[in-house]
Amino acid sequence: MRALKSAAIPGETHRAIEAVWRIESAKVIAHVARIVRDVGLAEELAQDALVAALEHWPKAGVPDNPGAWLMATAKNRALDRLRQEALHARKHEELGRELDALESHVVPDFVDGLDAARADDIGDDLLRLVFTACHPVLSTEARVALTLRLIGGLATDEIARAFLVPEATIAQRIVRAKRTLRQAHVPFEVPQADARAERLASVLEVIYLIFNEGYSATAGDDWMRPALCDEALRLGRVLEGLMPNESEVHGLVALMEIQASRTHARIDGAGRPVLLLEQDRSRWDPLLIRRGLAALARSAALGGARGRYALQAALAACHARARSAEDTDWAQIVALYDVLAQVSPSPVVELNRAVAVGMAFGPAAALEIVDALCAEPSLANYHWLPSVRGDLLAKLGRTDEARVEFERAAAMTRNTRERELLLARAAEMGQRA
Amino acid sequence: MRFMIMVRANATSEAGEMPEDDTVFAAMATYHEELAKAGVLLDATGLQPSSKGWRIRYSGGKSTVIDGPFAETKELIAGYTLIQVRSREEAMEWARRFPAPFGASADGEIEVRQLYEMDDFPPSESIERFRELEVEKQRGAPR
Repeated sequence: MRALKSAAIPGETHRAIEAVWRIESAKVIAHVARIVRDVGLAEELAQDALVAALEHWPKAGVPDNPGAWLMATAKNRALDRLRQEALHARKHEELGRELDALESHVVPDFVDGLDAARADDIGDDLLRLVFTACHPVLSTEARVALTLRLIGGLATDEIARAFLVPEATIAQRIVRAKRTLRQAHVPFEVPQADARAERLASVLEVIYLIFNEGYSATAGDDWMRPALCDEALRLGRVLEGLMPNESEVHGLVALMEIQASRTHARIDGAGRPVLLLEQDRSRWDPLLIRRGLAALARSAALGGARGRYALQAALAACHARARSAEDTDWAQIVALYDVLAQVSPSPVVELNRAVAVGMAFGPAAALEIVDALCAEPSLANYHWLPSVRGDLLAKLGRTDEARVEFERAAAMTRNTRERELLLARAAEMGQRA
Repeated sequence: MRFMIMVRANATSEAGEMPEDDTVFAAMATYHEELAKAGVLLDATGLQPSSKGWRIRYSGGKSTVIDGPFAETKELIAGYTLIQVRSREEAMEWARRFPAPFGASADGEIEVRQLYEMDDFPPSESIERFRELEVEKQRGAPR
């Protein structure tokens, strides 16, 4: 993308080429990576094709099929590269045959575009690229950066702005990630059999991390941060097309669609967060809710109702279906948390289950669950625990104990607004006592 | 940002007939598959002829129902495709790839419009009033 900035071409053409690049770059990189078997090199060669486009298009006009043009140009560069290497290594016979085979694959006519069979190939290549960018040999941070760069088509400075870090940090992270993949000889392939589930989990985790990074953005943040939500959703939808039989892919998309539907209700006019049950539901996006429920149904049809993401999506769907907070089907939410606690047990899930039990069956039943969690070391600094306990005690009329819990929670939270609310509740308890 | 690609009606669509050129559906299907694969397709549908619809006209404090069909065919919409993209140029690029809606040799027209986002509306007094009502309603609700 550096090439785009330095090029002295009219803004309109520049932006048009940038748009084409965003649409096509992942496919081009993926296809070239299959030829050269190196993701880093593939990106360089794809960038070369972009530079060639920047030279030719402003003069000759954007071609009718710009994607096929970029693809063919990048492929030719890749073949040139392999040919040079072959000459260099003087392994003429074997590599020569391989090159002939590769060359028969190249589209001779740019305008012809891609036939159906080749489009399928590109889908496979794209999937290989996704799995490679999210390979466990890389740190989570590196997976996120590489995914946004290679599949999202985001420029380094855009990723840096979104994650509130210097551009040099992201640039270095990407360079290192590519080197790690090369040195570890990570094969450019879609994992099969045993490794597949685990590797898919890593891909889904990366996408959900990107989504949550955007979702946690606050008012006044650079617009690139909330744009991460859109990008994660787009990646999820792309993955649905590439892996239509994976129920958890649909589960994750369902979860993101429904969460994204609340974007405009989550923050009030003054930029303060609004809790789910207090949100103005008329501001929820019905189109995204409908899409989320449809994705959830696809996941369930594939037998994925007990998947981690599908369960969280089903929980989100309970709220999405309720016309008002009072209409919430808490018994259903408790039932879903019961399953989630089996599938993916954690103290945080248990605490959320307690809240749902409190809403469905009253504070006494919930308090039993919460009391059992008080000895949990991983929740020792989690302000939500005393805050929930305080709320339950208050509902049971045990105001002195409730006040202590609210004060404890207020001392734990780092969020000023939250502390104010908790201290206000503590004070309220004092008045009643 | 979201854009709506609208297909303008013509005599064929207003008659509720399928285009004579049967490659139109294949081209439309391929195009929408591409949108879906790229993760940008939100919604798409065709609309039935205006003879099955109606209008309501507001004038001088009164409203009047007017049954279809409506004569000014080229001002009518025959279908729409809703996409979510990252820039106006990306929407332009996708629109450029939209197949000729009634076949390669038939006249046709599409129109692209950007949707307002919630953030485009500044917080207004009436929205705030509404929100306060909502909060009070919830406070007063039995727990």
